[in-house]
Amino acid sequence: MAMPDGAGKGFGTLRALVGDWRQNIIYIGFVAIFVVFALTLNDKGFLNPNNLLNIVRQSAMIAVMAIAMTFVLSAGEIDLSVGAVAGLTTVTVALAIAAAGPVAGVAVGLATGLAVGTFNGWLTTRIGIPSFLTTLAMMGIAKGVAMWISDTAAVPILHQGYAWFFGGGSVGRIPVLLFWMLILGAIGHVALRRTGFGRRVLATGGGETAARYSGIDTHGIKFRVLVISSMAAALAGMLYAGRLQSGRFQLGEGDELSVIAAAVLGGTSLFGGKGTVIGAIVGALMIGLINNGLILMGLEFSQQLIARGGIIILAVALSQKRS
Amino acid sequence: MQGAGLAVRMTGISKHFGGVRALDNVNFEVRPGEVHALLGGNGAGKSTILKVLNGVHQPDAGTIQVNGRPLTVHTPEASRAAGIAMNYQEMSLIPTLTVAQNVFLTREPGTGAGFIDDRQAEARAAALFAELKVEVNPRAVVGDLGAGQKQLTEIVKAISQDASVLILDEPSTALAVSDVERLFEFLKNLKERGVAIIYVSHRMDEIARIADRVTILRDGRHVITAEIEDLPVDTMIEHIVGKRSLGLADVKRGNARKGEVLLELKNLSGREKPTEVSTVIHSGEVVGVAGLLGSGRTSLAKLIAGVETPASGEILIRGKRADIRSSGDAVRSNIALVPEARATQGIIPEHSVASNITLSILDRISNAGFVDATKVKSETDAQIARLSIKVASRDHAVSTLSGGNQQKAVIGKWLATDPDVLVLDEPTAGIDIGSKSEIIRLVRDLAREGKAILMISSELSELLTACDRILVMAGGRVHADETREAFDDPNSAVGDTAHRLQAAEQRLQIAIQKALIAGQRGIHGHA
Repeated sequence: MAMPDGAGKGFGTLRALVGDWRQNIIYIGFVAIFVVFALTLNDKGFLNPNNLLNIVRQSAMIAVMAIAMTFVLSAGEIDLSVGAVAGLTTVTVALAIAAAGPVAGVAVGLATGLAVGTFNGWLTTRIGIPSFLTTLAMMGIAKGVAMWISDTAAVPILHQGYAWFFGGGSVGRIPVLLFWMLILGAIGHVALRRTGFGRRVLATGGGETAARYSGIDTHGIKFRVLVISSMAAALAGMLYAGRLQSGRFQLGEGDELSVIAAAVLGGTSLFGGKGTVIGAIVGALMIGLINNGLILMGLEFSQQLIARGGIIILAVALSQKRS
Repeated sequence: MQGAGLAVRMTGISKHFGGVRALDNVNFEVRPGEVHALLGGNGAGKSTILKVLNGVHQPDAGTIQVNGRPLTVHTPEASRAAGIAMNYQEMSLIPTLTVAQNVFLTREPGTGAGFIDDRQAEARAAALFAELKVEVNPRAVVGDLGAGQKQLTEIVKAISQDASVLILDEPSTALAVSDVERLFEFLKNLKERGVAIIYVSHRMDEIARIADRVTILRDGRHVITAEIEDLPVDTMIEHIVGKRSLGLADVKRGNARKGEVLLELKNLSGREKPTEVSTVIHSGEVVGVAGLLGSGRTSLAKLIAGVETPASGEILIRGKRADIRSSGDAVRSNIALVPEARATQGIIPEHSVASNITLSILDRISNAGFVDATKVKSETDAQIARLSIKVASRDHAVSTLSGGNQQKAVIGKWLATDPDVLVLDEPTAGIDIGSKSEIIRLVRDLAREGKAILMISSELSELLTACDRILVMAGGRVHADETREAFDDPNSAVGDTAHRLQAAEQRLQIAIQKALIAGQRGIHGHA
């Protein structure tokens, strides 16, 4: 029964490779899908730089939220309110800019995220409502508030500087959104991998009891990841608002599912304890890539939904470790 | 002063739980650099005194000194700060992090810029393991490690936090023989560093090898503390068993009226445990399974009840081969298991007594998918009456009942299915002595009604009172299959039940220890 230490080594290398294969499925899948689209859709302009940059533009907000969602999932929690919070923030920012200018707009946008996140975190860690329910309720509340204060109408943003900086502009041909994605991604990656905070997040989700025995304030960690998630959602909302030069309650609607899918595709565990920020960003890009390719293929929206669902199930199933 | 130079000095510790006196004026002293074995039967107070030392329980009376300093605040944090560490059966490890990340969790070495330096953590962990002469890969993910390596990691984590007193509660149960050797080697190295080790185990052979001194508790009282040389194994067992106030001695032992063979096992093996178990149980017979944690006794119960699937071998019910691959199969074959963990496996605590008792017979009492409320009432009331379950109303949540009555509700749930074979895994765990006798009597009654019963228990006196035959298991194998009479001391007077039970308990205890040693030789032989 007990194997001598050396006996498993030959298999160990092989197993490591297979293990890596499963772990890296997102990158392999991304490249595979890219190659398939490049070969089949070349005549439809898939490889055109403008098309590729469009994929980045369409994926950036999902990526920004997925970076934060990686922390939430790693801590063993979930945040379903991100899409609605992004939508709410487009409205609050647009209203604030119209009333008091861009600086006030940014402040109000961040305050929206902070307020929602604090409320989510408080309900989850102090009152003890599971984050699934807290954020499910918050999803409705945020959307309702956004509809109410905007009278369900779009609020235009006329300040060009804001629109350029938050998502609308580009440096040469490179969209500003790409910078947002890369900078936030780098910060998120380092924070999760190389800081005590990140380690505590992973420990909290990996084994809450053991984390508490080790002296980690697990409630504090959960509170903070929920605040980070709402702040990221608010920032995504500010980017939506800048890119589309308006605030609308419908913006970001349904994004929570794409965000969670991006994080999980990337290799973050829904059960906590395991997360990768880079994976989440590639996951977001992959979803954008699939959407783009399916549109270029000329599929109807109904067919796109089915194909996208199928690809995501396939990728996640392949990444599962057999036990 | 006497306390000087001691790692732990507990004086006059008493602790009550409700009306139960768990510890009564107990003194316990541990020297630095020794392995101090703490022994006693179930309910002797071992875990209570450790929990007091550990800060989980507040003592009602008595004082504690750790390394000469009085411990006045009784919280786990205060005890940890005083240098006391305890293995929590892997509870302090995060399975998704690596060994090094776990060892230095919340104390990660940094690069100076506020970032974690995992390389440095790995190097320092490697150095710690090397210093203690054990091999654990600091970069391995803890979830992928075997039980032995996890345990070493946990201990090294404690040691790296400057623990001077290490409490090990049955550390060897989850370990393979080679891992036990490694652990002992490791403990010797720790001793040399002056760490005081409190070692709890039921395995006398281990104690004899590793311990320097022994303290034995019985019924919450201190019995003896002595050097290991002065305590041969049978003397230890005598002190552990002792002259107890025998609550079970008043249960009359009836002899089985054996009928046909109801359950037969032929070379039954599980995926890990047990290995090649063969036995028969007749109608009207109670067969006990004795053995320590990890002996394979619970796996045997799970195999028979379909919770685990067998790797090889056969289960025969009334002489016919039964293909049992799920709990549902077992129920259809008229087998019922009263599981070990009552709170999680036996009952649904928040549901009513009625819905718990009728859970396994929902199909039988339903018409066209609708549960018949009248039948629920009559079935429930029948079991409540049959088992005399003390309950204010059948609609009250099961969690409001006492432990003994909860267990009766679990038994009732299975009796409702009218099983031929009843498997009881630790049926009296965590219930008071009065209810224990009642459950034992119930087991005998059920046997008289013609059921075949397999009963697992850590309480030897209970097995000796309830069973007609006892299997002794160790390392997954059955090492002895003896009638109850075989454990009787032929010299003791027939009338003195208490003394006879005590003598038999000592013999059974010795049989278990023999089986352990035989089991280990067996494993060595195969390697």
